[in-house]
Amino acid sequence: MIPAHSWLTRRLLLGLAQTAAVVLLVFALTEALPGDAAVALAADNPDPARIERIRAAMDLDRPASERFAEWVTGLLHGDLGTSLASGRPVADYLADGFGPTLLLAALTIALLVPVSVGLGVLAARRVGGAVDRLISSVTLGVYAVPEFAFGVLLVTVFALRLDWLPPTAVGYGTDLLAHPAVLVLPVLVLLSRPVCSISRLVRAGMIDALSAPYAEQARRYGVGGARVCFAHALPNAVTPAAQQLARTVDWLLCGVIVVEALFIIPGLGTVLMDAVAARDVPVVQGLAVVFGLLAVVLNLAADVVAHRLAPRAGVAA
Amino acid sequence: MTASAQPDRSLPALRRRGFLAAGAAAGLGTLALTGCGGGAGGTGATSGGGAPRRGGRLRAAFAGGGAAETLDPHRSNLFADAARAKALFDKLADCGADMTARPRLAASWEPGPRLDRWKVTLREATFHDGRTVTAEDVLYSYRRIADPGQTYRAKASLEPIDLKASRALDPRTIEFRLKRPTAEFPNVLAAFGAYVIPRDTERFERPVGSGPFRFVSFAPGRSCTVRRYDDYWDGAPYLDELEFLIANEESARVNALLGGQVEYAHELNPATARAHQDQGRITIVRLRNSAMQAFAMKTDRPPFDDVRVRQAFFLIADRQELVDGALSGAGEVGNDLFGKGYQYYAADLPQRERDLTRARHLLKRAGAEDLRVTLDTSEVAAGFTEAAGIFRDQAAKAGVTVRVRAGSKDTYWSDILDGGTLSCYRSGAMPIESHISQRLLTDSSTNATHWRRPAFDALYQQAQSTRDQSARAEVYARMQRELHTEGGFLVWGFADWIVGTARGVGGVRSDAPANTLDWARFDKVWLR
Repeated sequence: MIPAHSWLTRRLLLGLAQTAAVVLLVFALTEALPGDAAVALAADNPDPARIERIRAAMDLDRPASERFAEWVTGLLHGDLGTSLASGRPVADYLADGFGPTLLLAALTIALLVPVSVGLGVLAARRVGGAVDRLISSVTLGVYAVPEFAFGVLLVTVFALRLDWLPPTAVGYGTDLLAHPAVLVLPVLVLLSRPVCSISRLVRAGMIDALSAPYAEQARRYGVGGARVCFAHALPNAVTPAAQQLARTVDWLLCGVIVVEALFIIPGLGTVLMDAVAARDVPVVQGLAVVFGLLAVVLNLAADVVAHRLAPRAGVAA
Repeated sequence: MTASAQPDRSLPALRRRGFLAAGAAAGLGTLALTGCGGGAGGTGATSGGGAPRRGGRLRAAFAGGGAAETLDPHRSNLFADAARAKALFDKLADCGADMTARPRLAASWEPGPRLDRWKVTLREATFHDGRTVTAEDVLYSYRRIADPGQTYRAKASLEPIDLKASRALDPRTIEFRLKRPTAEFPNVLAAFGAYVIPRDTERFERPVGSGPFRFVSFAPGRSCTVRRYDDYWDGAPYLDELEFLIANEESARVNALLGGQVEYAHELNPATARAHQDQGRITIVRLRNSAMQAFAMKTDRPPFDDVRVRQAFFLIADRQELVDGALSGAGEVGNDLFGKGYQYYAADLPQRERDLTRARHLLKRAGAEDLRVTLDTSEVAAGFTEAAGIFRDQAAKAGVTVRVRAGSKDTYWSDILDGGTLSCYRSGAMPIESHISQRLLTDSSTNATHWRRPAFDALYQQAQSTRDQSARAEVYARMQRELHTEGGFLVWGFADWIVGTARGVGGVRSDAPANTLDWARFDKVWLR
């Protein structure tokens, strides 16, 4: 067996390597985007002389290696650069969009765990029963619907037909907590797919665990059904689901882009979309690095937790 | 957040067409318009709303440009920018529905005998801080736009003016000296983005203009609030307050309108418009003749350097099918000329119809029977990829193989300017004269059809030196006849611009192509 600290060192080194790869990839990929901010700005008035002037004004005519060195030096000092479009620091953009996105993600995660585990357990208690079939078919059905379409459906039913909730967050600014009603539909959309995938994993794990020899044995000893279910089977059943949860956090970042566009929420997804459209490369790069680092850190944390809880799983690395 | 952090570097404000890459929203994008002048008399229908009533607050949803948005009117690029600029500022002139220049801050203009000097008299108007709008303000604004170190959009439009020699004769009179005779000089005064700002203004955190609304607050990429300016020279607006909200997704704008979160939603899809046309929940306003739809043929490259091939392509197109398919019927057919319904438009030329027999005959005579061409298209504007697919099928019936090539929407306009031979093209409303000067002269900056004919250039100069309007109209007619027979633009249609309003909104005019005077003219809008 590998000593814990050696495993940890290797895992941390891998994390560092991943970080360096993220930084390099982000620069290479943004560099490979067709067109630049000057062409994007000129849009349908592509007067070549004007594009050249814009390009010179933005320092886009300098070699890529020079710009890369400057950018990495800035990153090492915690400086994400300056927006081409507005001249504001990229960090300001992140700060502006961070609040609403964090709020959405936190609410989603907070609801995701109890709801999906609850549904999974409920379905597994009587396999093939009416409840199981209902939950299984609904989760399968919802999982098959893309977020965008699901969002449109929810807005049509709950906002436009029934008039229970506001259809978008337009006009509410960044203080969304002051208007909790606008958060309901976006969080429902964000929850829809992860709830389905995780509850199905929990259900499958529970069915396995409940039919495992140790559960049989517990029952033979006369331990109550509920106790077998929650104290013995559940902890084993949620292990695969826990790793799925870490992946869900990555996924949330994509989901947030769709949801923010659909509901007009001024978060990081909106900032990213605007920056891509304007070819505002420093902002795109800054966001990509932050998203990438977040993914590296989350996966590192998930691996460490999993390694600690279930060493037998033989975590990657 | 209010308007902190506006760009103080000398950078162009970058922003894009107001729709998202991710979106299913089929934005037609920014209409790059050089403006022209103002409100043609009172023929335009208005949407419902009963008799005008004073008061209330209207919220208008536009697609926007994110955190880089600015209130500097000279940097206007998007529809949202243009609408905000129109609320806060004025131009000397603006375009009417027929693209003739209508006086705004200018009360009148008078050309000198050789059309290279124009005397412009200002009306009595005040900025929001009480100062009078003077000739010096106008000259300051124009010199700022023309600054060689900058890239303000109206710069090219103001190029005919010799701003060094132009001067203020008195506080309300400006003498513009031009580099050459320019009979359509009022179009320059109405150019897109040629707003008048107070002398020495460099920053726009709290913009002061002479427009119908005064500034209240601004959060780039989110919202902008303005309030009625009671001393507005054209009469105070009906509305107490107006809020511009940014919603990039078309579906979100529609939902916000249906859900009562906004009263005005700009830029809706034809499909949305059809779905809600007669439902009674919202009012659909169609702004006719807002966007020319065309295929651009490079007239200096094979196969289109042969005029017979161009003529064959004119005859291949089934225009009604293109309008029905690519624009979902929200538009009308074109006749291979820009500017249907605008001043000087050659409406007397017969409408071209599909004629495959003649098309085949022309191709045969040109030795191009098994012609294969590549048609460039992109998601850059609504209906482009659909139009390309429809035209491919139409061309197949004449024995022409069209290969459709979809390019990046972010670089499309720059790519097709000199690349390829055949491409989807679109243009917003502008005077026919501007269309010619920007796209059809030898030295035009965006000559996508490579139409370079000294004789045609000479006709343009002749028109610009012709004082008499009917004589000028005759020259424009000659130029259009030439374009209709031999030109490089296969103009198959004109798209409607679609706006949705809540039922209680009145005064939204439909006879206002996007970016003309009466488009997004919220000072004449009221709430019931």
